[in-house]
Amino acid sequence: MSSYLISNARPEGGEPADLLLTDGVIGAVGPVGTLDVPEGTDVIDAAGAVALPGLVDMHTHLREPGHEDAETVETGTRAAARGGFTAVFAMANSHPVADTAGVVEQVWQLGRDAGWCDVHPVGAVTVGLGGTQLSEIRAMAESRAGVRMFSDDGKCVHDPVLMRRALEYVKSFGGIIAQHAQEPRLTEGAQMNEGAVSADLGLTGWPAVAEEAIIARDVLLTQHVDSRLHICHLSTKGSVDIVRWAKERGVAVTAEVTPHHLLLTDELVRTFDPVYKVNPPLRTDDDVQALRRAVAEGTIDVIGTDHAPHTAEDKECEWSCAAHGMTGLETALAVVQSTLVDTGLIGWERVAQIMSRTPARILGLTDQGQELAPGATANIVLWDPSGQTPVDPTTHASKGRNSPYRGMTLPGGVRATFYRGHPVVRDGEPATPLTR
Amino acid sequence: MKHLLTTNELSYREAVRILDTADQMAAVSSRSVKKLPALRGRTVVNLFFEDSTRTRISFETAAKRLSADVINFSAKGSSVSKGESLKDTAQTLMAMSADAVVIRHASSGAPQQLADSGWIDAAVINAGDGKHAHPTQALLDAMTLRRVRSGATGVASTGMDLEGMHVVIVGDVLHSRVARSNVWLLTTLGARVTLVAPPTLVPVAMDDWPCEVGYDLDAVLAEAPDAVMMLRLQRERMNAAFFPSEAEYTRGWGLTSQRVQRLEDMGAPTVFMHPGPMNRGLEISSEAADSPRSTVLEQVANGVAVRMAVLFLLLSGDESSPYPSEN
Repeated sequence: MSSYLISNARPEGGEPADLLLTDGVIGAVGPVGTLDVPEGTDVIDAAGAVALPGLVDMHTHLREPGHEDAETVETGTRAAARGGFTAVFAMANSHPVADTAGVVEQVWQLGRDAGWCDVHPVGAVTVGLGGTQLSEIRAMAESRAGVRMFSDDGKCVHDPVLMRRALEYVKSFGGIIAQHAQEPRLTEGAQMNEGAVSADLGLTGWPAVAEEAIIARDVLLTQHVDSRLHICHLSTKGSVDIVRWAKERGVAVTAEVTPHHLLLTDELVRTFDPVYKVNPPLRTDDDVQALRRAVAEGTIDVIGTDHAPHTAEDKECEWSCAAHGMTGLETALAVVQSTLVDTGLIGWERVAQIMSRTPARILGLTDQGQELAPGATANIVLWDPSGQTPVDPTTHASKGRNSPYRGMTLPGGVRATFYRGHPVVRDGEPATPLTR
Repeated sequence: MKHLLTTNELSYREAVRILDTADQMAAVSSRSVKKLPALRGRTVVNLFFEDSTRTRISFETAAKRLSADVINFSAKGSSVSKGESLKDTAQTLMAMSADAVVIRHASSGAPQQLADSGWIDAAVINAGDGKHAHPTQALLDAMTLRRVRSGATGVASTGMDLEGMHVVIVGDVLHSRVARSNVWLLTTLGARVTLVAPPTLVPVAMDDWPCEVGYDLDAVLAEAPDAVMMLRLQRERMNAAFFPSEAEYTRGWGLTSQRVQRLEDMGAPTVFMHPGPMNRGLEISSEAADSPRSTVLEQVANGVAVRMAVLFLLLSGDESSPYPSEN
């Protein structure tokens, strides 16, 4: 029997309490110093820390199989644990693409073997992300990986008929399609947000309308076939308006925003440093403010990191040759605190919702995103919101060094992460993985 | 000034100083012995990731007239093809102790990356990057305009700016580094700049640019501007549906013989500029290109002088004169 006492934490920012974890489950919660603590209990002093349900990331790139030089399931999930996540969804754009039961089972098994957090593979909507033929969605759903979310992320399912069929097909098992909204013709050769900065820099623009047009089409399709749609990494003010409109009409759509789109703008591209190259691109301050408000008002449902590690050689090159993407697992909660909590837009309860409860609900995870109450699986992150830390990617657990926050100072820090009752992170650093 | 990357970063004073130095350099080019010892023992590398014989030869001539050693490094192939990386190339040049790197690259921002990266500590001169900037082209255009003004007024060009001159830039602004660099430099020097193009070839958000934008070339020419600069049109733009046909482009935005005649009839002072190479019959008619109003060949000659000035000012790094003392 293992037991841990989290002493003097503030559950979701509320009154300080003690939480007793026994054999992977929350055994008891009570006012500080009132719980019966068994002999040999490991006590974790959480004074000042906020206790949140373990974070769930709907949008991670773990790069394995195929790009193990950029990240592996082991390093990516260690980074996730270090960032406070107890479950991640691994996008399908590996090599080979996760478009068969074999590949998704491999990723799922690698996740279990690593033991840092739950790994749920995302299945590709189309074979090889090619956008022309549906992949064997049902086989992936019925595999040991139990895939529920399907996405061609990195590419848009732009054929409207194929998108319609995919939305229809996943209804048979309660699945969901996650769309990377990018009209391909409008974004040929696109390098950055189309606007005043792209005009100055002479970089080919990625116009907001290329995202908004696909979202508008897809919410209408979703309503037409009565299915469920998730919008990945929404990045523009106009997209927020369309999602709000769709929700008012009762469309079963959920929307995600990345931490970087809540903080960074296309002004950073003036440095031509490819660490700021990402897809969808960094937008304007107007968009950033609209996205923050959309999280506060509930139009945006979840934070997804779009953690996208790359090797140095894929980033240390000319802007137009550089790979898209930035790391994010280990900085996500800090950026959320900085942009949403410290600005007074939301409280810790809403943080628990957008980073844990809602993603768990969308994906039907029963042992993630639970209330911190007796009987719940002990997936918990202890977050200390005090202090400011400079971001140094060389200290990150991820193999990726492409953090756009390098050199910036961000608030707070993970003190500990409990994954199924086991402290995978202690004193801010990875401890030991869960063995089963 | 350590590098020359864009014209946005040039102050009025720096721009006038480069042009004044270029005027002195032009005097050297008209002598029988066209050579100064100013950069003897210094090494200038022409690092060209994109073919441009004209610009390379111009820089090479400039460096040689200043007695510098010149290395031509042609890193062929498109920027996206995975060849030797920019980083490795830069470090190779560093190992050869280059004092200045003249870089031409298809990727916007490559010169700035080279300057900011810490891979190299040579002076970096942007010889054209993607659709971003081409500062020495803008400087040679400004030098040409200053000489036009000097010729018209009989006032020596030294110390002169372009206050009050009206310059019209016509054509594919969207894809043009020449247009971008000219907008900033010419307005810094006091000129009024009007861009004229089909709406498909203008960036969507350019409210911050210090210039006017129009779509009607005839209306702008009716103002009898001091200069009209025709941008080269890449023929592949037509395939991307930026405009329906070459004939329609020429009718709307070409410097046709009819337009030349109208300026003649008006008695307009307008000179015709073009960065070259010209598409005769497309953006510029032969009547315009070969007219006495054309400054195309002066622009080429001024290009060498401006590049000599830039190399001299970046590498000598002080206020000294390019001429050796007479005693």
